[in-house]
Amino acid sequence: MMEKAALAEKEVQSNSRISGAEMLINALKRQEVEVLFGYPGGAVLPIYDSLYHAGMKHVLSRHEQGAIHAAEGYARISGKPGVVIATSGPGATNLVTGITDAMMDSLPLVIFTGQVGTGVIGTDAFQEADIVGITTPVTKHNYQIRDTKDIPRIVKEAFYIASTGRPGPVLIDIPKDIAALGDVEVEPESISLPGYQPTTEPNYLQIRRLVEAVSSSKKPLILAGAGVLHAKASKQLLEFAEQQQIPVVNTLLGLGTFPPDHPLYIGMGGMHGIYAANMAMYECDLLINIGARFDDRLTGNLSRFAPYATVAHIDIDPAEIGKNVPTAIPVVGDAKQALLQLVKQNGKRSDSEPWRKQIHAWLEESPYHYEKEESKALKPQRVMELIYELSKGDAIVTTDVGQHQMWAAQYYPFKRPNAWVTSGGLGTMGFGLPAAIGAQMAEPDDLVISINGDGGVQMSIQELGVIAEHNLPIKIIILNNGSLGMVRQWQEIFYDSRYSQSVFASQPSFSKLAEAYGIKGIDARTEEEVKQAFTEEFPEHKPVLINVFVEPEENVYPMIAPGKGINEMVGVKKR
Amino acid sequence: MRRIITLTVMNRPGVLNRITNLFSKRNYNIESITVGHSEIEDRSRITCIVNVESVQIAEQITKQLNKQIDVIKVQDITDQSVVARELALVKVAVLPATRSEIYSLIEPFRASIIDIGKDSLVIQLTGETNKIEAFLELIKPYGIKEIARTGTTAFARGTQPADQGNRNYSIV
Ligand SMILES: Cc1ncc(C[n+]2csc(CCOP(=O)(O)OP(=O)(O)O)c2C)c(N)n1
Repeated sequence: MMEKAALAEKEVQSNSRISGAEMLINALKRQEVEVLFGYPGGAVLPIYDSLYHAGMKHVLSRHEQGAIHAAEGYARISGKPGVVIATSGPGATNLVTGITDAMMDSLPLVIFTGQVGTGVIGTDAFQEADIVGITTPVTKHNYQIRDTKDIPRIVKEAFYIASTGRPGPVLIDIPKDIAALGDVEVEPESISLPGYQPTTEPNYLQIRRLVEAVSSSKKPLILAGAGVLHAKASKQLLEFAEQQQIPVVNTLLGLGTFPPDHPLYIGMGGMHGIYAANMAMYECDLLINIGARFDDRLTGNLSRFAPYATVAHIDIDPAEIGKNVPTAIPVVGDAKQALLQLVKQNGKRSDSEPWRKQIHAWLEESPYHYEKEESKALKPQRVMELIYELSKGDAIVTTDVGQHQMWAAQYYPFKRPNAWVTSGGLGTMGFGLPAAIGAQMAEPDDLVISINGDGGVQMSIQELGVIAEHNLPIKIIILNNGSLGMVRQWQEIFYDSRYSQSVFASQPSFSKLAEAYGIKGIDARTEEEVKQAFTEEFPEHKPVLINVFVEPEENVYPMIAPGKGINEMVGVKKR
Repeated sequence: MRRIITLTVMNRPGVLNRITNLFSKRNYNIESITVGHSEIEDRSRITCIVNVESVQIAEQITKQLNKQIDVIKVQDITDQSVVARELALVKVAVLPATRSEIYSLIEPFRASIIDIGKDSLVIQLTGETNKIEAFLELIKPYGIKEIARTGTTAFARGTQPADQGNRNYSIV
């Protein structure tokens, strides 16, 4: 009798005691995680062992940086947190660039790093790195788990923190023994974070002040940033702009928040923005910033930014308001809630007709423009136009960083909110290709086009392996100018054409490289070849790499030189 | 301008690191920082003294601190009536001839002698920063061997006077 009871007791115990790694998998399932991006190693072996039978989709990147950029692309397109696993030490430190990138562009990520066992933490043990210390300045929050039974609660907190308020990366460091140890799993019901209470409902009085400012302004302008995307507020933005007849400028990351063919749309502002957008920011008397952070690439010299304007700023992150630009009307809250209230208030409309006429005159006078010389090689801008035409403007576009990124922003008008994936704040080369992987994972049926430079693509080219393995139908386009184009451009303009280390002496055959990975590779040199490749390959549900040789000396214009004001663009061609 | 910022934070590993990290990341200069337990279990209290160019920067600092998940409350109490104290330990050289002079300085500052050596004394002093500065100034000619200061810890007084004009009383 006794023996039987003891046995039963033991069974109950072993049923309720599970390993830390299993708790982690259960916690991920409770968060309805669809896909993990990661790379195994010693410290995360318990976790990978639990994944073996977990039935969760895991994408094995070829470099941890690939995993985290893929998770960013996934987060950007799906709106859900991207989940990453890496081992301790070198695995963890390989994530730092991507974590910083996600922090700068407010992308929700939950990152799990392995750590050496608790007994040896702090002894410079094999593959030990203080990843919590390293990532403190570049995460929204981070944790190191010291007790197995905290796993469910901390995972729940992490997902909540990553995806609410201003989204951002949250890192959880898990010592190997904590992942291996068994404990009784206690599912967290509610979480208590007394220090974290994002304000989503904007203050009524501030909204009233903004409504009054609109009705008394003559030259109102909306600056729409990525905050509009995070709040899923494009529809409300359109309603508000139309109701009050306020023209709209986008930031680089805000592209897609407003219909590009709308009469109130001006275009992208900033360093390589359209002349009319920058002039409008310079001359407006009321600037309503919705979810943008007044990055210096947008504002140019701050002393010449919106010098005549009353600035209103709607942002979920109060610390962004007044950080760079003095703000008369601060509105802390979710962009959608704020816009809903603004529309509901239905304030008296300003008399902005002459202002809108002026903006149209600027738009007419200086649209984006490039020289179409017959004799020269294919123009990269023309390739962008072809990508737009032949994808019918419906694609999800990811870019790397450099000239091609700016041309994509200029020549690919985004018709929908979730179609543009680029590294704005950190400007991370190597981002584009893996980000396309994540984007395609989020939207398996959409056409995903990854536009890259010949420089940046080599920073994560190994991820072609992932594309091949999962047969992701990504259209990889390389704008091959044989150089680090953007660097070359700056050296031409600001360093007297001394091209120090920006022109490649040798390049691989990218098309053959693709073939080596089992992906179709095409070289294209003329408009005809490009058209043919695009028309044939875009409809195919298969990956392809199209290496397009373009005019190597082409520069991105117009441009605000460093230190100059938004009203001092160069390379503006007047009609 | 000198600002006094106080924080209530969750008593979690790495909290102080997060705070100091934020200051260095944002290029703000901390003059002093003190930490200790608060009246609530699990929560600590931090007092930061910062020197900034403008009220805007002070405001930005409080906003950035507030963003930290483990930070529960941030207050810039500079413009309030505050109780602020710092502790200083000073080792001063003494000669038979100067001993009584030094003793006579200690009295009015309500300082105390906490260690006596052959040729030195250790003096303990608490008070606002300027009181400590004033004392150090006075004691300097005798030969200061060592100083250890804690930095300021502070909070707002229970009752705030209606008039917070210039203070016109002794710092001692
Ligand atoms: C990781 C990283 N290193 C360096 C840079 C600096 N940088 C910005 S643009 C650029 C050149 C990019 O060249 P390429 O990828 O060929 O694109 P292109 O400008 O030619 O379109 C460089 C080196 C960066 N943004 N990121």
